[in-house]
Amino acid sequence: MNQSSNQHQQSVIKTKGLCRHFGSLKAIENLDFEVGKGQIYGFLGPNGCGKTTAIRMLTGLLLPTSGEIEILGLTLPRDAEKLRLKIGYMTQKFSLYDDLTVKENLKFIAKIYGLSRSEQQSRIDELLETYGLDQKAHQLAGSMSGGQKQRLGLAAATMHKPELLFLDEPTSAVDPENRRNFWEKLFDLCEQGTTILVSTHYMDEAERCHKLAILEAGVKRADGSPDELMQNMGAQVVEIESSQLRQLKQQLIALPEVISAAQLGSRLRVLVQDSCDDPLAFLVQQTALDKSALTLVRPSLEDVFVTCTGKGRQ
Amino acid sequence: MKTLYRLQAIVTKELTQLKRDRMTFGMVIMIPLIQLMLFGFAINTNIRDIPVGVVDQSQTALSRVLIQTVRATQVVEFTEQFYDVEAAQAAIARGEVRAVLVIPQDVSQRLVRHKTVGLGTPASSDEETSRPVAQWIVDGSDTMIAAAIKGLRAMPLTELLGLPANRMTPTFEVALFYNPEQRTAVNIVPGLVGVILTMTMIMFTSAAIVRERERGNLEMLITTPIRSIELMLGKIIPYMLIGIVQVAIILGLGYSVFNVPINGSLLQLAAATLLFIMASLTLGLVISTIAKSQLQSMQMTVFVLLPSILLSGFMFPYEGMPLAAQYIAEALPATHFMRLIRGVVLRDVEIIDMTYDVTWLAIFTVIGLIVASLRFKKNLG
Repeated sequence: MNQSSNQHQQSVIKTKGLCRHFGSLKAIENLDFEVGKGQIYGFLGPNGCGKTTAIRMLTGLLLPTSGEIEILGLTLPRDAEKLRLKIGYMTQKFSLYDDLTVKENLKFIAKIYGLSRSEQQSRIDELLETYGLDQKAHQLAGSMSGGQKQRLGLAAATMHKPELLFLDEPTSAVDPENRRNFWEKLFDLCEQGTTILVSTHYMDEAERCHKLAILEAGVKRADGSPDELMQNMGAQVVEIESSQLRQLKQQLIALPEVISAAQLGSRLRVLVQDSCDDPLAFLVQQTALDKSALTLVRPSLEDVFVTCTGKGRQ
Repeated sequence: MKTLYRLQAIVTKELTQLKRDRMTFGMVIMIPLIQLMLFGFAINTNIRDIPVGVVDQSQTALSRVLIQTVRATQVVEFTEQFYDVEAAQAAIARGEVRAVLVIPQDVSQRLVRHKTVGLGTPASSDEETSRPVAQWIVDGSDTMIAAAIKGLRAMPLTELLGLPANRMTPTFEVALFYNPEQRTAVNIVPGLVGVILTMTMIMFTSAAIVRERERGNLEMLITTPIRSIELMLGKIIPYMLIGIVQVAIILGLGYSVFNVPINGSLLQLAAATLLFIMASLTLGLVISTIAKSQLQSMQMTVFVLLPSILLSGFMFPYEGMPLAAQYIAEALPATHFMRLIRGVVLRDVEIIDMTYDVTWLAIFTVIGLIVASLRFKKNLG
């Protein structure tokens, strides 16, 4: 973890020993993390790993079972109401009104945040343009596509120009094209000084974050920038090109040095633990394949993810 | 200032949503319209034309005149003729007729000796004069029908024999105020205002918060700076307007179709109605903060609605109910409103003179609003 680069930045979110239990289910267990100002911070994890629970606690919607949360210098849950004006939250499910038009929805949000009449008009026009919704202003929100709904959601969440934005799986119902545009908007916001916390289960999305935390079963397995995570993953990646990959996979996965093996078309991507000095030689010895069939490749975030969460399963 | 913005935001949103929801919007108008027509015409305690049979054992001209005289009261309609009492009883059991008039063989003798007919010669014994002319066998399970036939017990028979009606001096003189013609609609129509408002007002608001929760809007709403009380008031205000519209429909139609007078001032009427609307709406809101789904909120609405119809004095006089039921009735806003609206509409009373009911509704509203606001927590767990 390279904390030194963040030291000069003030931290926007800071949690210590954050826990949330639902009965016997430990949705979040001992979560410590810190988000610096102006960062895009990602929560990466499979469904049900506690991403939404964590975000709900950070937005004051859920009370923590134990632990401390400090956001923008305020302590949660005590200052939850004071925080409302400083944060924006875009829920996983579209949570604006399907039976209101785009403009009516935005107007509603503007009034709820107490914008003055003239502010309302100019801010709504600005948002409609920024998020490419000016043509759709009078369309019912319920009749829009996933991508449009998601842009409307972001427009609503940023109505009051929050310092900190929470996005809970914002792109789960959106095609890749729209997803890319959406991230462009996020970087625009980021440049204007907004700190963003986003949860996702897409690797390509996680890779765009400045920093991310990998969550599994309510526990943080690793955190850092994508590059740091890849460097420090503690495993090397070898791709094997061969026929009969299914069989090979079964054989390799039984070895203690091999963390995982996943087929990608005609190749097998094998994660070998760092403790193995020369993974290529090791694999050649194990598989009796020609050395030319094996290549050492650069790790991806998915490899990091598999390595981190794999530990948890063992 | 920001409170006003937020309040206005909720009100505008509710009205827009209502406008788009054609079905609900239609119900706002159709419920009072249809129910008024249905109940206004259907509920009638002046019973007429009860289907009855006759067993005429005498088969004389006199017995036939007797039957005609009974029919002339319009209380009963003779639909069947039976040859013996057993057949008649079987017909009652089958529900073909509700009662049977049994005219004995010696009807002429009984009639002549009857006290009210009073052909005194030769002097008759007590035993003879105390004999009734004929007998009614009645299906007594329905007390209203039974009471109507019992009302025939003392019908005058003098004109049967072409005699002048003998004048009876009543023990009491009865002066019927406010509804001298004794039309049921006069009592029912103002009461219907209470029943319909209970139904629509509680129904609309009981779904109000639950719907936001079910559709996922609540999660967004509670991360905004909106306060519970603003949300609650914002949910109530649009329906107050709707309530007023419904009252106007009911009383307007009541006046034009059922000829129910509005004796009190419209201002008094509006004040009484608003009090009740607010009490019902807050009750709905409290339900809405308890219910987990719209179905549950519906069930709870019905749970309040039924006693509001049956115990509030809308159908049966409050005074006739056992004490326990009266206590329950006291707890229902509808009971207090029945008294107020009948007071204003029929008896031109100032609601300020009905302090008890007015205070009760006002306190109910305030407490309801506080409870709903407290119960509505701005978090999910």
